[in-house]
Amino acid sequence: MNDKLRSETWDVAIIGGGPAGLSAAITLKKAGINNIVVLDRENEAGGVPRHCGHPPFGIREFGRILTGPAYAKRIAETARQLNIEIALQSSVTSLKPEGKLSILRPEGEIELQAKRVLIATGTRETPRSARFVSGGRPLGICNTGALQAMVYLKNTIPFKRPVVIGTEIVSFSALFTCKRAGIKPVALLEEESKASVFWPIQYSAGILGVSLYRQTGIVEILGKERVTGVRVSDGNGQERLIECDGVLFTGKFVPEAGLVHMSHLKSDPATGAPILDQYGRCSDKAYYAAGNIIKNPVKVAGTCWQNGKIAATKIEKDLAGQLD
Amino acid sequence: MTTQKQNTTNTQQGSSNTLLADVDIAVVGGGVVGCGVVRRLALAGASTVLIEKAADILDGASKGNSAILHTGFDAPPGSLEWECVQKGHAEYLEIHESMNLPLLKTGALVAAWSTDEEERLHGVLKKGLNNGVEDLCLLSQAEIKSREPHLADGVRAAIHVPREYVIDPWSTPLAYLLQAVDNGGRALFNAEVTGGEYDGSHWLLKTAKGKVRARYVINCAGLYGDTLDQAVFGESEFTIMPRKGQFVVFDMAASKLVNSVILPVPSERTKGIVLFPTIFGNMMVGPTAEEQDSRDDASVDKETLEMLASKAVNMLPALAGMPVTATYAGIRTATERKEYRIITDSERNWITLGGIRSTGLTSALGLAHHVLDLLNEMGADFTAITNPVVPQVPNLAEHLPRDCHKPGFEEIVCHCEMVTKREIDAALGGKIPAGSISGLKRRTRVTMGRCQGFYCSARLAELTEGKFETPLGIGDAHE
Repeated sequence: MNDKLRSETWDVAIIGGGPAGLSAAITLKKAGINNIVVLDRENEAGGVPRHCGHPPFGIREFGRILTGPAYAKRIAETARQLNIEIALQSSVTSLKPEGKLSILRPEGEIELQAKRVLIATGTRETPRSARFVSGGRPLGICNTGALQAMVYLKNTIPFKRPVVIGTEIVSFSALFTCKRAGIKPVALLEEESKASVFWPIQYSAGILGVSLYRQTGIVEILGKERVTGVRVSDGNGQERLIECDGVLFTGKFVPEAGLVHMSHLKSDPATGAPILDQYGRCSDKAYYAAGNIIKNPVKVAGTCWQNGKIAATKIEKDLAGQLD
Repeated sequence: MTTQKQNTTNTQQGSSNTLLADVDIAVVGGGVVGCGVVRRLALAGASTVLIEKAADILDGASKGNSAILHTGFDAPPGSLEWECVQKGHAEYLEIHESMNLPLLKTGALVAAWSTDEEERLHGVLKKGLNNGVEDLCLLSQAEIKSREPHLADGVRAAIHVPREYVIDPWSTPLAYLLQAVDNGGRALFNAEVTGGEYDGSHWLLKTAKGKVRARYVINCAGLYGDTLDQAVFGESEFTIMPRKGQFVVFDMAASKLVNSVILPVPSERTKGIVLFPTIFGNMMVGPTAEEQDSRDDASVDKETLEMLASKAVNMLPALAGMPVTATYAGIRTATERKEYRIITDSERNWITLGGIRSTGLTSALGLAHHVLDLLNEMGADFTAITNPVVPQVPNLAEHLPRDCHKPGFEEIVCHCEMVTKREIDAALGGKIPAGSISGLKRRTRVTMGRCQGFYCSARLAELTEGKFETPLGIGDAHE
């Protein structure tokens, strides 16, 4: 694979084999651009839906309701059937001017040249550290992404009775992951006076028997080896202790844009996302970005799929010299 | 998943009466000082054992130091600390390459931000020159700007300390201990020393794991140095007054904003809040200096972290909006007095190294020589090992080739820090295997990057299943 990746100048290299990246690849291929490669650092393509073991995925793309893993498999399969080159275990380590990428693969380090690069590296939740939450650093603190990967990919759990922080769409998904894994959250905290996505949260918290505390923020995480509890404060500054064995920080998505920040590309200091022009191009016109890396707030897979398609049409025109 | 801990330490299992080791020297405490001391004594030809109460080394003060290799320019003149820092600095430079330990030659700037600090700067310069750090010099504002173009305009003057460097705070002590073990030493973990008796020629130490017989004991128990002396002698000449220091670690992208260690003009009490690049390619600010009673409460608090971050932005305006990767706190082993508290009981062959604060990472190698000198004065007579084994530790420094740059690493487990499966497997095995998740993090950097385990926790739980007493995964996710 290394020789193949190195051997030619690719028309398009796509970083990230999630919904946005694969949708762009499929769109480009169908438009007759054959010389494309999808680079993914994982062992399997599909992106984050691989570990979202719940429906609904795929309504927009396949007209039917799938679970995340089934959806991930399906989009990867679709790309493969079109003979799209998907290079797995390929970690892009730097973006260089004019579409040159450094890539680490188990076989060794290589450089790859592409006429256009699409950055579709997605998003992740803000971890506890970047939220500046007081307290120690016991085990049992994680994000939804880590929880879901543990439950759906590795059949293990990090806690049994966590406090869940946040009420975004992902928090809803986190509660269902808990239910499926036999985890019983003891409380759901929202700092604002109402939940971000009120009805789904109200509904899922209700059926799971989890109490939703609005206007309640986490003050301190307690515990040495493992989490033993959290101190929380309500809108009136009234503090109380909730016993638990974990803290699940959900949402507050930030772009997975470390590569961009370390590169020559300009990014928006407020959001962390790369700065794009009206065509979805970065400050170096060889680079494009699509999917959740540029979506704030974070979007569902179907929207990223759509967004990848749009980016692909721009790239197609660009390659044909018809963009500007 | 099983929560059964494997026997991952090179120790014998046994009841509290089992004699675990019968050696010349027992070193109590697996911090940087203990590791440095046991290395020197093993090289000197003594039979040694290092006894640590936690499951891995560096569980106390040493896990939270600021990773600077000091020159001793601001150490108390003529003090043992000054002497050990200078010796330690020199020895580190001699040995680091042979052990594959990294060195980031950053240099430091002692920056004055007010007229008062500017005035004090001259005293600092004089003290430094008197301390034998002869390459210090005052920089003009223009010189400061050329070295540190991103530093805020408020900086008035600075002293350049060319040989203050940045090193790996965790691989360094590990390398020291590995060298002791490779040259005949042993290490016991989960073996808290609870008491001891001296029979006129030997110590019999009681530990949580069994007994250890030794001719000499070196107390390097750090935050518990006083309580160990109390447990054995009923009293201690000093009292540990734990001093917490919180840190904020900024994203790797921030590291391009600063080249040197930016030190404040030191006060009597503390070296103050420092802004510095790390060997791992991040940028950090800290530590605070907060007195507290607890010796193990390394919690952070929101207000302090916000204060640190804003202080960093004041010094380095381009840092505004830069993502924060991690926050943590370390606890320093302060005592009632500023100086090192070295207590030698030559009647009973016991040496206590107490109150070794932030300079310990540098001074450990110098302290180790000091201990050997003391032992020789006490009549110990060892014959140094000829051609000692020199172990190499895996490189974690960002500016040097990492394991992922060598083909055949199988898989990148942690993408933020580019940690390979091969590295993790190696850290879980070997002569001093990681004893806990945090020990594994310190050995490999797994989960320590910008996503803090969002992507790799699950895989890490799988790879470490059954290895640690406190595991990441605590049960099955049943359908």
